[in-house]
Amino acid sequence: MTNSSGFRLVGKITTLLGLMIIAPSAFADMVLNLRRGVTDISQTVYELHMLILWVCVVIAIVVFGVMIVSIVLHRRSRGAEAASFSHSTKAELIWTIIPVIILVWMAVPAAKTLVVMEDLRDSEMTIKITGYQWRWHYSYLGTEVDFFSTLARSSNIARQLRSGVDPFSVENYLLDVDKPLVVPVDTKIRLLITSSDVIHSWWMPSFAVKKDAIPGFINEVWFKANETGTFRGQCAELCGRGHGFMPIVVDVLSQQDYAAWIDAKDRGETVAMVDSTADTTAEAPAAARELSGEELYNISCGACHQANGQGLPPAFPGLVDSAVVDGPVAEHIDIVMNGRVGTAMVGFSTQLSDAELAAIISYERNAWGLNSGDTVQASDIAAAR
Amino acid sequence: MGPEYEATADQYQADDHDHHGAPSGIKRWLFSTNHKDIGTMYLVFSLLMFFVGGTMIMIVRAELFQPGLQFVDPAFFNQMTTMHGLVMVFGAIMPAFVGLANWMIPMMVGAPDMALPRMNNWSFWLLPVGFTFLVATLFMPGGAPAAGWTMYPPLVLQTGDAFPFLVFAVHILGASSIMGAINIIVTIMNMRAPKMTLLKMPLFVWTWFITAFLLLAAMPVFAGAVTMLLFDQYFGTHFFNAAGGGDPVMFQHIFWFFGHPEVYIMILPAFGIVSEIIPTFARKPLFGYNSMVYATASIAVLSFIVWAHHMFTVGMPLAAELFFMFSTMLIAVPTGVKVFNWIATMWRGSMTFETPMLFSLAFVFLFTIGGFSGLMLAITPVDFQYHDTYFVVAHFHYVLVPGSLFGIMAGVYYWLPKWTGHVVDEKLAKTHFWLSAIFVNITFFPQHFLGLAGMPRRIPDYSTQFADFNMMSSLGAFGFGLSQLLFVYIVYRTVKGGEKASSEVWDNPKGLEWTVPSPAPHHTFETAPELR
Repeated sequence: MTNSSGFRLVGKITTLLGLMIIAPSAFADMVLNLRRGVTDISQTVYELHMLILWVCVVIAIVVFGVMIVSIVLHRRSRGAEAASFSHSTKAELIWTIIPVIILVWMAVPAAKTLVVMEDLRDSEMTIKITGYQWRWHYSYLGTEVDFFSTLARSSNIARQLRSGVDPFSVENYLLDVDKPLVVPVDTKIRLLITSSDVIHSWWMPSFAVKKDAIPGFINEVWFKANETGTFRGQCAELCGRGHGFMPIVVDVLSQQDYAAWIDAKDRGETVAMVDSTADTTAEAPAAARELSGEELYNISCGACHQANGQGLPPAFPGLVDSAVVDGPVAEHIDIVMNGRVGTAMVGFSTQLSDAELAAIISYERNAWGLNSGDTVQASDIAAAR
Repeated sequence: MGPEYEATADQYQADDHDHHGAPSGIKRWLFSTNHKDIGTMYLVFSLLMFFVGGTMIMIVRAELFQPGLQFVDPAFFNQMTTMHGLVMVFGAIMPAFVGLANWMIPMMVGAPDMALPRMNNWSFWLLPVGFTFLVATLFMPGGAPAAGWTMYPPLVLQTGDAFPFLVFAVHILGASSIMGAINIIVTIMNMRAPKMTLLKMPLFVWTWFITAFLLLAAMPVFAGAVTMLLFDQYFGTHFFNAAGGGDPVMFQHIFWFFGHPEVYIMILPAFGIVSEIIPTFARKPLFGYNSMVYATASIAVLSFIVWAHHMFTVGMPLAAELFFMFSTMLIAVPTGVKVFNWIATMWRGSMTFETPMLFSLAFVFLFTIGGFSGLMLAITPVDFQYHDTYFVVAHFHYVLVPGSLFGIMAGVYYWLPKWTGHVVDEKLAKTHFWLSAIFVNITFFPQHFLGLAGMPRRIPDYSTQFADFNMMSSLGAFGFGLSQLLFVYIVYRTVKGGEKASSEVWDNPKGLEWTVPSPAPHHTFETAPELR
């Protein structure tokens, strides 16, 4: 921990303790409530949330009010004499029927909203979303565009155990990705959500969309964003060690910007995001900086196989004592590129470039005392494709 | 209406040499068939597990104290949250209620012991076996289970060597619970004192009677679910594997068909406890005894048709989402009836605020807050925003900690003088109450805000905007954890000595347990008490 973060910690605890005692209103700048979001549905959901919240508050005031009055007045220390009544059919009927009426009154708008949410007709485009341990894959159906979306490098470095990087110094810590999902504004977009390994859940609070990604099944959901901008969410279903580290970022572009973006992507060009965040622009040249095999390994492989190559057996085997890493190069390349069926090991051929794959495999074959001396070239990878 | 009874304490004032005392040494506990000794063992075991599960969550809250990973690897973090859930549900809350049932049900219905004393011994001693299996997984290759206490496949199938131990631990604990439930049902059905009709039973007996049926119906389903996991993992079946024609979501349906009744298994006995305590300290009979019984029964029935509200985001058909939304909202009605009845019991009473009453009042307040967030969660379209966030964590901890746990503590403070023969030090006990009540709110109330602001549950690290409330919640959790050491000290002190308790202990409490001396003799009601 750096010195400044240490000071901040002490300061924060003091402030928190102080605030808890004297001024709860000083929390005003904190996010306390659900966000309204930028779709019609998310705004309806927000209003439903506020409605049920206020219903609960009113009931609480009445119920707790009666209870507090009773506690204050009907206590022996005030000389209260106990009455002896033990039932009243009238009272019991009243407090059975009134809640039923409130519930029915609540259920009607809730059911209506649900019906709209489940109406997928007339969607204008479809994106297939696949959850992986621990990244998202987006595929724009009807185009050639598909890509993985992974935790931004700055967050990924800072989130390592005792990384020494202060999370407060990282912009959008844990809520930023290398390549956001890009969609047009004012368009009804259908999402097909599935998974390649375990259950994940794609959650975008600003759209009030949360749907589980289930291996072998395809869930449908839709949204129509009313505003452009960048919106952030996270995986919501426990999916293993990296569950907290697979954020979701959606860039909503104007329809013209989106059309330009998807055209360029479809022609296979690398597009600087029209609406990119500072972090993603920093990301682009970083790729040209030629990360070492070790850095690439730690980002792409380290979550499961661990920085020390010991893995987390038996789900994630160690590489140090692996027959693959110690064996023929061709088999090693094959498994890294194409994955291993029936295990959590996915293929990385679409996620990484030839040079990156070569660097990682070379690193693995020579790290942790293996020293095989093998060097895999980008051309070897290209040959295996 | 509760039983009317003749005072029977006199019969115990006579020489005690007709009654053999407790055998001494380790055999007293190992071979015990005595409901009081077995009840004590259950309670001590659950207290131990409470601290084991509590230590685990202290590690979690320490890691969540500030953003960034300071102490543990995310994989270990997941093991801690998973084990915390399993240990608290199956090791702390459930055995504590069974312990209270063992101690109190025979005394409350005027029976000499549980109906099946040897099975009673067995059902207790299975618990340490099951938990040895479960806790041992922490030291196995691959670590302890880390897929959450809900054990969803396919993730749970990535568990290491711990996996079969997890499954067998569940089997053993399930067998223990089922035997306990059978024992309680048989005792209540067959061993009530003459003239104690069903609708004269104390409410704690009633709620446990209904809970026992829930256990009987739910635990085998859970055992079946984990057995299917075991077969998928080792014997080539594909119950939950889509590639083999199975369905991972089916596990969730089966799990929550068990899991939702399980929720009520952990709260109904607490309803019973506060329904005993509030009338005593309000000096007024329980309001609406019959409607309390019917409300409990209808909650139990409804608990079997609401399970899918735990899984609204899995992608169910609209009709199913509507059905589970309506059925879930319906549960608010009988639950409301209970809260209103407790308050009507206090109304125009003559209340005093000894520790058991303080815990019961906090129970009514804070359980109701958990009920409100439950109602919010029932609204399916809004649940899509709440689901799997800290809002849910706040909700179920409000019903489980100031709900179930405060219910247990209220019961312990209420009956401890009866068990030990010593009055509890009120000053210390009240200190324990206020510390617990304040810290529980500092811990869990901010979690509502975290969830609404968008923090998912079960994450080891979080975005910086969630930092302040997490720090507050962690401070509350440390305070709450430390406060419970005071509880251990109070219990220890009361067992060891203190002012002698009378047989009534409190001011004219109702119920057969108060007609026997304090401490309750090793054997009570060898001849059935006379009820008027």
